[in-house]
Amino acid sequence: MDWSHSLRLIAPEELLSISGLVLLLVAAWAGDKASRTISVLCVAALVGAGVLVAPALCAGAMGPDTVAFSGQFRADAFASFAKLLIYGAAAASLMVAPAFFERVGAMRAEYPLLILFAALGGGIMVSATDLLTLYIGLELNSLASYVLAAFLRSDERSAEAGLKYFVLGALASGILLFGMSLTYGFTGTTAFAGISAALDGGLTMGATFGIVFVLAGLAFKIAAVPFHMWTPDVYEGSPTPVTTFFATAPKVAALALTMRVALDAFGGQDGAWRQIVVFAALASIVVGALGAIGQRNIKRLMAYSSINNVGFILIGLACATAEGASAMLVYLAIYVAMTLGGFVAILMLRDAEGQPVEAIADLAGLSRTRPMLAAGLAMVMFSLAGIPPLFGFWGKFVVFQAAVQAGLVPLAAIGIAASVIGAFYYLKIVKVMYFDEPADKVAGGSDWAHRFLLLATSLFISPLGYLLTKWLGSLADAAAAALFVAV
Amino acid sequence: MIGIEHYVVVSSILFVLGVLGIFLNRKNVIVILMAIELILLAVNINFVAFSAFLHDLTGQIFAMFVLTVAAGEAAIGLAILVIYFRGRGTIAVDDVNRMKG
Repeated sequence: MDWSHSLRLIAPEELLSISGLVLLLVAAWAGDKASRTISVLCVAALVGAGVLVAPALCAGAMGPDTVAFSGQFRADAFASFAKLLIYGAAAASLMVAPAFFERVGAMRAEYPLLILFAALGGGIMVSATDLLTLYIGLELNSLASYVLAAFLRSDERSAEAGLKYFVLGALASGILLFGMSLTYGFTGTTAFAGISAALDGGLTMGATFGIVFVLAGLAFKIAAVPFHMWTPDVYEGSPTPVTTFFATAPKVAALALTMRVALDAFGGQDGAWRQIVVFAALASIVVGALGAIGQRNIKRLMAYSSINNVGFILIGLACATAEGASAMLVYLAIYVAMTLGGFVAILMLRDAEGQPVEAIADLAGLSRTRPMLAAGLAMVMFSLAGIPPLFGFWGKFVVFQAAVQAGLVPLAAIGIAASVIGAFYYLKIVKVMYFDEPADKVAGGSDWAHRFLLLATSLFISPLGYLLTKWLGSLADAAAAALFVAV
Repeated sequence: MIGIEHYVVVSSILFVLGVLGIFLNRKNVIVILMAIELILLAVNINFVAFSAFLHDLTGQIFAMFVLTVAAGEAAIGLAILVIYFRGRGTIAVDDVNRMKG
């Protein structure tokens, strides 16, 4: 329990916060000229933090050795798995940004720093084992995200997205905090281990309210139905590199946090929250699928797609087993790759003047004008729909398998049926790209970073991804096992 | 004698008022910021009351953190509102409708 041990465990957070603060000074000194250099250094810091995090995952770290600061923070295999995804997604959203912002003359030095701090907050969220640490991590992530949503100051839609995200995000934090205060009052502690021990003695009315409010606040952050209404507006209005970030890193952080809260702090009382999670899962799948059908803007469609995917991930949480948690982590890893690929493809859609193309109708005939881009986007869509040869199918498969093993056969059956509705709108995009008369809207070349990321994510979600199932599965199993070890 | 339940009732009323303030208000975004502050203060009353009731300092420390973060949150909210006003020339809630669907 000594300080040096605790400080060693939070080495990735130290690296990110110190490099963030130093680079903030550099940004203040050198101005926007240095934004590309700062971006590169931020990616380097994220890669460095990833390297510091990886050993804990490979060694399957768990138990008392991973606890820092008397139970405030835990750097176990589970946290490492989520942190690798968060840092990777943050680095990708930094790589795609310069080409987008420089075209509108809005590449500022603050962008990479805000992403860096948001990733740092996400990392603290997934490691939190105390309500106080949870709150600090969540707010560090959220406050940076509000600014990022409104980053394109000249664009009215971006300012509106920032405003909406801020109001609903602050409301979500308020609901979460109210739940945390009730949980604290009725269990007498803010540490997850203490809450779990207190709840084992029986569930009081106040503690039930606490659990419900905490889960409602977290449902806002992961955009699960019925707290999803901000998602389409924020995803559409934010600059596309920022949307790329929102759809990946904070989502992983909030879902991993939800897992830790539900399975660790409230783990002994799964009867109290399972129905809520089952309802949120099914409602998210159905609303995500139906809401996407009428959309004309592809970023809005991806927002509904992410609501839909969160529903599938929550099926794993409803199992409340180690298999369910492992399946969620596998799904999350695949989801991040698919979403990154999708948004990078959207970033590459530009017309002759370099303006972003976002209307689905303008994608008509893309297979003839930009065959490689159309193929990449089609692959992402097929994978999101969960069509077998592609890797997206594997994520859905492991989640449903875990649900069946946990005895939730009806939930799995309804989920599979609802995923067919979802396939409709994914396939509609493929139809527009391949079989409609060309609209000749999309033109021009693309940045090397975009090409590289699209290629890398396409390879991962292609059938070649199945070579990784064993490796990914064993890492996710180790991470899930760490979640269930009591300290 | 004022017991813990009185504090919880007051904070619950304030919390509900804050949530209603966000959803029922049709006029001005500033009012929404005030409603958010009301929610956070309701939470603080809870934390401090429970802290005194349980003879445990954690709740008061938590309340300090909430106050600090609430200040940062209000600053960022107002900054976003200024950007929004520059672009649109209004902060009426009914006008926040560039995106629908």
